Amino acid sequence: MSTDTAPRPAPPREENAPRKPRTRRARRANYPAGVGAFIWLVIVVVPLYILVASTLQSRSEYLENGPLSLPTSLSFGSYQQVLEGDFPRYLLNTVIVTVSCAALVLALSVTVSYSIVRTRSRLSQKTFQLFLLGLAIPSQAVIIPIYLIITELSLYDSLLAIILPTAAFSLPVSVLIMVGTMRDISEELYESMALDGARSVRVLFQLVIPMSRAGISTAGIFSALSAWNGFLFPLILTQSRETRVLTLGLYDFVGEFRVDIPALLAAVVLSIVPIFTAYLFARRQLINGLMGVGGK
Amino acid sequence: MKRETTHTPRAGRPGIAWALPAVLFFFLFAAAPMGIVGYLSFTDWDGLSDPSWTGMDNWSRLWNDDGMRNAIWLSLLLTALTWLTQTPIVLLLGVWAAGRQRNRAVLSAIFFLPLLASSVALALLWRTIFDPNLGLSADVADWFDLDNADLLGSPTGAFAAILFVTGWQFVPFHTLIYQGGARQIPQSLYDAAAIDGAGTVRQFFHITLPQLRNTIVTSTVLMVVGALTYFDTVLILTRGGPGDSTSIVPYLMYETGFKAFDLGYASAVAAALVIVATGTSLLLVRLTGFNRMRSTREGM
Repeated sequence: MSTDTAPRPAPPREENAPRKPRTRRARRANYPAGVGAFIWLVIVVVPLYILVASTLQSRSEYLENGPLSLPTSLSFGSYQQVLEGDFPRYLLNTVIVTVSCAALVLALSVTVSYSIVRTRSRLSQKTFQLFLLGLAIPSQAVIIPIYLIITELSLYDSLLAIILPTAAFSLPVSVLIMVGTMRDISEELYESMALDGARSVRVLFQLVIPMSRAGISTAGIFSALSAWNGFLFPLILTQSRETRVLTLGLYDFVGEFRVDIPALLAAVVLSIVPIFTAYLFARRQLINGLMGVGGK
Repeated sequence: MKRETTHTPRAGRPGIAWALPAVLFFFLFAAAPMGIVGYLSFTDWDGLSDPSWTGMDNWSRLWNDDGMRNAIWLSLLLTALTWLTQTPIVLLLGVWAAGRQRNRAVLSAIFFLPLLASSVALALLWRTIFDPNLGLSADVADWFDLDNADLLGSPTGAFAAILFVTGWQFVPFHTLIYQGGARQIPQSLYDAAAIDGAGTVRQFFHITLPQLRNTIVTSTVLMVVGALTYFDTVLILTRGGPGDSTSIVPYLMYETGFKAFDLGYASAVAAALVIVATGTSLLLVRLTGFNRMRSTREGM
């Protein structure tokens, strides 16, 4: 796939050959798609507007005016209410889970991908196939055995109970991304390392990892996002307030806030803000991570 | 870590032992559970005592279970409708987003916003929107003078709501895939077609669509497996209801396993889900030769 979702003003060849490719592009302007895109824009924006506008109203205002009204006076009370509750603890848990998952996935997938790409063994192809097949395993399908394994390991209701399976389910995509990146490292570079008498560990740290930075960041973002937004594993494998992560916390807020929709939606907004901030700063990497492919 | 054993003066190559930690880890938490779920599907297990072997009981029960039949039917219907509704939208949006119109970058950035949030967050948002008394539903019912604003209260409405909300959430993702695919189509093909006097519509059907073949396969596999495993949205929006009108297979599995604690039978449901999901994706992959593509970038 092409990963350049970031805006690119023009393909470079236009500089050399300015033979009106611009008009040709313009003639390709796709009006039905443009109209469709506009309709979709409305479908996307209205709910997002409701999401943000509702949180800036007080509860009584919302009840009176409905979701579409402009907030008459900005009120941040909902946010304050959420932040004074259990939200910070859930946020901390989510951060711990996310960082641990990404670190675990990266450590495991860098080593296994290095082996898949460089080990001369038929097993390395088999290893790759294992992960390719692993892509097709839906987490819902194996949640019961995972529940069994986690209870057998006495990990039920701990953050580790979320981290381990979440990381395992991010591995296939990460391996796929990293094998793709590592395969593009040229043989000459390995040979020049060999002239220096480099062993495999040094080759990994001085050549493979520096050359695969793009793949590593994509895989890292992918696994971090799936950990941040994960719901099924926390739902089944944890129970107490101490181990609750954000997604599960949001689910519980439904009962807690009942008709206090501004507060509920404020919690939703706050759960998205960290990813949104990342999106502002690293749009391309984040989009690559969301897609879990490409990585260049 | 095992050191390499050859004495040729080539670059150091890692031994197969480097693959072990990841393989073992993946095996324990993803591959082995596939086998265990098969085993558990032949047992009776309440989650507390040890599973006891009951042979084919769960499977024959599954075969005759109306709830399960209903769930499979709903899952297949949801999958088919997901593909039918999302594919035209993402095809149009993706091809459009691959172009270089003014404002495209800004609009694309907005389009992709739903991708950032968890399905829990989005389902909660839509739940408040669909609320018949407090949400947008109430306003819409007012404008059009509808008697009933309770979309989630009617079987068809609830099913349509699941279809719509999951679509709203996943359209951006598939749009990205199509955008990437459309960008890889060589401009020369369009130039040649333009010289032959082919208009936009003909270009779309004779160049864009055939060239996107691999993209369509990729997106279809992801949509099918995705739709068969929708869970979060159903749990939060409808809880399988009203009645069992949105009780699709993953939700039925959850209810059976973790509400009724009939984990043996739920394992049979889960195993059936695996068979359907992997069967479908393997079939699609085989039919299209996706497994022989060397690069992960192909078809993306």
